[in-house]
Amino acid sequence: MAQINDMMGSFELFQPTELDGAMDLLRRHGEEAWVLSGGMDTFDWLKDRAKRPTVVVDLGGIEELKGIQADNRTLRIGAMTTLTEVANHSEIRSRFPIVAQSAEKVATPQIRNQGTLGGNLCQDTRCWYYRAGWPCYRAGGNTCYANAPGALNREHSILEANRCVAVTPSDVAPTLIALDAEMEIRGRRGTRRVRAEDFFIGPAIDITRMTVLQPSELLTAIHIPDTWAGRPMYFEKVADRKAWDFALVNVASALEVSNGTIHDARIVVGGVAARPLRMRETERAISGHAPNDQTLEVAAQAAVQGARPLQFNEYKVALTKNLVKRAIREARS
Amino acid sequence: MSILDILSADRSVSRRTFIKGVIAAGATASSASYLFRGPGVARAQGAPGAVERLLTLNVNGQDRRVDVLPQETLAMTLRYKLGLTGTKLGCDRAECGACSVLVDGVPHYACSVLTHQVRNRRITTIEGLASSDGDLHPVQQAVYDEAGFQCAFCAPGFIMTMVGALQVNPNPTRAEMAQALSGNLCRCADYDKILDSAMRAAEYSRPQA
Repeated sequence: MAQINDMMGSFELFQPTELDGAMDLLRRHGEEAWVLSGGMDTFDWLKDRAKRPTVVVDLGGIEELKGIQADNRTLRIGAMTTLTEVANHSEIRSRFPIVAQSAEKVATPQIRNQGTLGGNLCQDTRCWYYRAGWPCYRAGGNTCYANAPGALNREHSILEANRCVAVTPSDVAPTLIALDAEMEIRGRRGTRRVRAEDFFIGPAIDITRMTVLQPSELLTAIHIPDTWAGRPMYFEKVADRKAWDFALVNVASALEVSNGTIHDARIVVGGVAARPLRMRETERAISGHAPNDQTLEVAAQAAVQGARPLQFNEYKVALTKNLVKRAIREARS
Repeated sequence: MSILDILSADRSVSRRTFIKGVIAAGATASSASYLFRGPGVARAQGAPGAVERLLTLNVNGQDRRVDVLPQETLAMTLRYKLGLTGTKLGCDRAECGACSVLVDGVPHYACSVLTHQVRNRRITTIEGLASSDGDLHPVQQAVYDEAGFQCAFCAPGFIMTMVGALQVNPNPTRAEMAQALSGNLCRCADYDKILDSAMRAAEYSRPQA
């Protein structure tokens, strides 16, 4: 990748202090506007000139987007809350430990100090062909460089590929889906709620976007209901390096177990498709069963059903199967 | 004052003093036109409501007035506008940690934050650690005593991260310290000695009984 060690291209910077002000700016500037939260995803794009927005709206001054509020029914995390705050919050650690664990596994301490939960969920994919500014399908072109013969696609998708083979990079997203979280979105016509599972979209729905957010919309908060608090849950991230790295595959689970039988389950896998995948077949396969070896094998097989690995990522099939088994076997409350 | 004035005034000037002098004299015009090229230079007046370029930045306890472009990173401002070249630029991509500075006491990558994002915050760089009479900060003293670095290009970033980490956790285990320093790379791979320094820094930073 070209390393351009000088300034980013010029843009107008706006720093609204109210959410309404930010919404006005997004409305006024439309597709020209780039939303800046922590900036950990943003600056690569701008430094590499792969994206050239003329207007940047910095959300850092909007207090109503920050902070964590908990009552006994639900936990609300403002989208501009840093990953460090999420990882260290006592309520999150006690009621939803996998959310804290996954936030703590993101990148490095410095990035977590600045990177926000909303930014982590809305960040773009890490496919280097796309990020280097190649005119691929996702960038509006008519080819996929990552799925060409000999292309470097060890980190790419095994499921749900549709022209584009990029994968979701977020570590926290699978845990939020597993806990039935909801995304609070502010748009032109007020506020709406979207289930975390439906927030992320694959290339079959829109190849240029990772989430349902429209250009004039903002993710304002994440709500985690108390449904799964105190129940067995599990998170694991497998990456090449212990720090900095994005997941090759990550997994999150939440189980309802009584008398040794699984009654209800959420199994979510990241890094295998453009969106974090809730493994519904797996959930069905284990519901009503004891988590024994036979159940786990069926569950793992169901997770990778229909998988179509690329030239260099067949290992993700075995990795996904093993992580799904572990997410069921090792879940602890 | 020009570059020539600086040179003729003191022929024994060190490279570092020379660079700082050049920055202070505002003689960076030629390099600045390379660094800060583009329409941003010509357009002094921004769009209505957009940020003002002149701002006051609190660095190492001092309020500094400085002209900052909207797209300028903190590392650029510190090094090329304020002459604080102790903050190093390694990758400029939040991938090495050499540019780590403290923002309100918390470690951040200066290459990956806009100066305008930290306008009302307290910035601390490696230049702000030692006391005015020249006494080293306990963390600096620990690094000195342990000879913690080889080439030491990464040292300012590591030291700032150590200072930030010890404020959060004054009694870290070696594993906790390694975790806290996991966002800094050393290409000499001198990690064992860096961790020795960090653990000694924790010892020096505790109130003496």
